[in-house]
Amino acid sequence: MNLPKLPLADWIEWLEAWLETSFDPLFGFIKLIVGETVDGLETALNALPAVVVILAFAALAWRIGKWKMGVFTLIGLLIIENLGLWSQTMQTLALVLTAAIISVVIGIPVGILCAGSRSIQKIVTPVLDFMQTMPAFVYLLPAVTFFSLGVVPGVISSIIFAIPPTIRLTNLGIRQVPSELVEAADAFGSTPAQKLFKLQLPIALPTIMAGINQTIMLSLSMVVIASMIGAQGVGASVYRAVTQGNTGVGFEAGLAIVILAIILDRLTQQVIRKSKTS
Amino acid sequence: MAIIEAKRLTKIFGPDPKKAIPLLDKGWSKEKIFADTKLTVGVNQAEFTIEEGQIFVIMGLSGSGKSTLVRLLNRLIEPTLGQVLFKGKDVLRMTPEQLRQFRRKNVGMVFQKFALFPHRTVLQNIEYGLEVQGVKKKERREMAMQSLELVGLKGWENSYPEQLSGGMQQRVGLARGLANDPDVLLMDEAFSALDPLIRKDMQDELLELQSKMKKTIVFITHDLNEALRIGDQIALMKDGSIVQIGSPEEILMQPANKYVERFVEDVDLSKVLTASHVMVKAETITLEKGPRVALQFMRDRGVSSLYVVDKSMRLLGVITADDASNAIKNGLKLEEAMDREAPTAGPDTLLHELFDSMSSTRVPVSITDEAGRLKGIVIKGAVLAALSGNAVPEAGGERHESA
Repeated sequence: MNLPKLPLADWIEWLEAWLETSFDPLFGFIKLIVGETVDGLETALNALPAVVVILAFAALAWRIGKWKMGVFTLIGLLIIENLGLWSQTMQTLALVLTAAIISVVIGIPVGILCAGSRSIQKIVTPVLDFMQTMPAFVYLLPAVTFFSLGVVPGVISSIIFAIPPTIRLTNLGIRQVPSELVEAADAFGSTPAQKLFKLQLPIALPTIMAGINQTIMLSLSMVVIASMIGAQGVGASVYRAVTQGNTGVGFEAGLAIVILAIILDRLTQQVIRKSKTS
Repeated sequence: MAIIEAKRLTKIFGPDPKKAIPLLDKGWSKEKIFADTKLTVGVNQAEFTIEEGQIFVIMGLSGSGKSTLVRLLNRLIEPTLGQVLFKGKDVLRMTPEQLRQFRRKNVGMVFQKFALFPHRTVLQNIEYGLEVQGVKKKERREMAMQSLELVGLKGWENSYPEQLSGGMQQRVGLARGLANDPDVLLMDEAFSALDPLIRKDMQDELLELQSKMKKTIVFITHDLNEALRIGDQIALMKDGSIVQIGSPEEILMQPANKYVERFVEDVDLSKVLTASHVMVKAETITLEKGPRVALQFMRDRGVSSLYVVDKSMRLLGVITADDASNAIKNGLKLEEAMDREAPTAGPDTLLHELFDSMSSTRVPVSITDEAGRLKGIVIKGAVLAALSGNAVPEAGGERHESA
């Protein structure tokens, strides 16, 4: 075999440069929106004294789940506060929530489109596979090119990595609505929109919620990687501790991420359970 | 008046279905077309007319195309060929919006597996059709409640479908189908998933509802007894084609071919045929005549009993030859001598319900309408002839035998 090597790397770099020059205003706009959302959430979470926020979260957890949930949330967040990681953790939470909200806002409509059309699904599925398996480090670079260093490229790469479950499970949830129910909705003269909002989405809701849960977990797993390109938060603490070979500090920061993950996971699981029984 | 007409209504499944049309024209069978083209003939050139207010039963075994056929009527399945006319309008030429309006206002549907929406309460299920039409909340609640009461489920409006038994769920399905007061109700094996006893109750209720509301109902079933019980007209399907269309009696007594014949051979005719099918003309006498005249009539006409009626043919009693001779001996009038307790029945009484009264009486059972007018009498010989599958004598035909 003596074929010349495909100049794939050159192509991608050419594409990157072209996108950067042609879509600069668009990237600026995205940067503004995402940046403002993260900042807003972060300011809000850090505006009140930590104790007040902790109690509010514990109360919310108690309301949604059982009393055990409330107690766990209370103790977990107090530990984070005690370790001196509170404001970083809230920065991380702001990043994760922003990534999750944008993933849901984009992911559910895309999932609905996939469920409605076999050809759209055929195009979207390989793209999702690509997004989930391509190592995250690879798209950190273009993210920095388009959005410069900071929290925004971190959010964008979190979305790329975390959005697939929401899309996949929205698609699956709608496709799993029993065909006889869809037929009944048709037989009574529903428009496609009526069918979607009155039948398909309500029945698919538990499955969609499972997708959102996965999206939140995946974006949380991106926080350390995102810190490499300048996203602040508890992920940055982990990254710093690792580069300085500081095991103890690294463990503390890692524990904060674990606590946050467990709280977010249990809360969304509880919401799924409730949407199933209602 | 015809409310639905189907003309050459055909459904072929598979890629490029039009390919099979010339083969159908040549009269190829379903198997041959499948072997040659891999296309499946779902419904093969069905032709029928459904009159307003009729229960039209489409009957056939599974795979005969009956569920496909009913879905062609409201285009849940798009026909390959042919026409569906609803009150003369071509359903197949409707735009998507017109089709939606047609489904909202003109046809209701009831499904085999109920197909109730699990996330909605009973009342919300029933009002679904009204909701998508944009009927205001208060108004549609009222209409849905009426529909709910009609099927006897008042008090259950806030339950969820899974809290209800199968029979109750299908009542909700029926109420949902009726809620927007459609002209036609399509019922796809609506009772097939129910226990036999509940099924019979539902059939009775459907017939009762029908007598009140006079809907046109297209009823799909694989159960011949159900078809015979509720159908005004029955279309029998095999391999996508309609083999015979006729009243229950026609299907039973004049099967169009061997297939229909085999289909109906096990039917208990006594549960299908009614008194009106087997009754014959009664010999009557009016009250002011005396017992002597009665006896003379009996001799002349070769019968052993006479039915005493007034001028408007209302039945008063029965006089036998023995009673008449006794009356003559004792100087009694006809009025005093006749038997007023002789059994009577309505013309719609099924034969098997007549057996009891027939075995306990000396005279043939008399058949009277709601006003008490004598329509005819049922003699044992005619019943036996009918049950053995022989032609039923025309009502008002030849003389009846002595009882």
